[in-house]
Amino acid sequence: MSQKSLIGASALAGAVAMALSGATLVATTGDAAAATEKCYGVAMAGKNDCAAGPGTTCAGTSTVDFQGNAWKTVDAGTCATMEIDGGRMGSLEPLDRDLPA
Amino acid sequence: MPRNEAHALGEQPAFSAALLDPDLPPPDGVIGPHGKAATKRFAVYRNNVTVSLINALADIFPVVAKLVGQDFFRDMARYFITRHPPRSALLFEYGHEFPEFLKDFEPVAKLPYLPDVARLERAWLDAFHAADAEPLMPETLGAMPQERLGDLVFTPHPGARIVQSDFAAVSIFSASREDRPLKGIQPLAAEDGLITRPFDTVQVRQLPAGAASFFEALTNGHTLGAAAALTLDSHPGFDLPSAISALLEAGIFTACHLENASSELPE
Repeated sequence: MSQKSLIGASALAGAVAMALSGATLVATTGDAAAATEKCYGVAMAGKNDCAAGPGTTCAGTSTVDFQGNAWKTVDAGTCATMEIDGGRMGSLEPLDRDLPA
Repeated sequence: MPRNEAHALGEQPAFSAALLDPDLPPPDGVIGPHGKAATKRFAVYRNNVTVSLINALADIFPVVAKLVGQDFFRDMARYFITRHPPRSALLFEYGHEFPEFLKDFEPVAKLPYLPDVARLERAWLDAFHAADAEPLMPETLGAMPQERLGDLVFTPHPGARIVQSDFAAVSIFSASREDRPLKGIQPLAAEDGLITRPFDTVQVRQLPAGAASFFEALTNGHTLGAAAALTLDSHPGFDLPSAISALLEAGIFTACHLENASSELPE
């Protein structure tokens, strides 16, 4: 049996009619879309250059010691500016632990 | 068997292991032009692989990176890469496991909203790369027979994603991506996010109570009548007309059709 007995057909018709009356703006978005164009080949996260950077040059410095001190850099984030209750979070104090092996 | 073929099949696991572990020697057969071991050359290659993956994660999850700090993010990404190396050659498909990883990564346990922010960022890129599709036009919905609206079934847009969060993930995401201050955001306030790409631009919206359940039900193949009834059961204050407006405006679906009255409802 149909589920529509649970919510009246007229109630649904009313809801859709209300939605459509408020959706007149939407009909124009097709025109708005025509003003944009796609630009292929510029997608993010696809770059693959030599990736030189601080400590990561192309000279082959591939053995990076990140286990000892890496987690001490935590407090550079912006998380501490949010409103907190109970002090449960919003601060990332530096952690002195090493990465589990 | 030709040597190249042997490489393609049997030696791939050894090659990828050496790629991510600097303590391992270069894989067998990786030699310089005069037959000597190409240890340094392989180290350069290994370094570029790791750095490009870290950069890809930083590009895919810029809000997470901002929240924990760039230095911390890069160290965390380096660790993530060893646990979850890419399974696709397409870098933009990388990082689907990152939100789950964050959930279990003890150093960020004090930022419980971080996994949901990461889910939003991953969904944003899914939407960005999803297939093009025209959203459902209001006229199409308006042309359906009024007395049978309850039997309407909707076809999801390939770029539409819903992220339900117990935290203020949408506010944090939006403020950070728009370079607005995070001050004033209550991170413990639950928010549902909707990501769509009706035409060429990804849109992110925060949904009112119930709307996420409603859209999920429709996406899972429930009829309009069933989805509305289910949502009103769980969210008595649910605003159905607004949700239908949002559905059209955001472009969550591409089409709708009347379900054959005799067919069974999906569960």
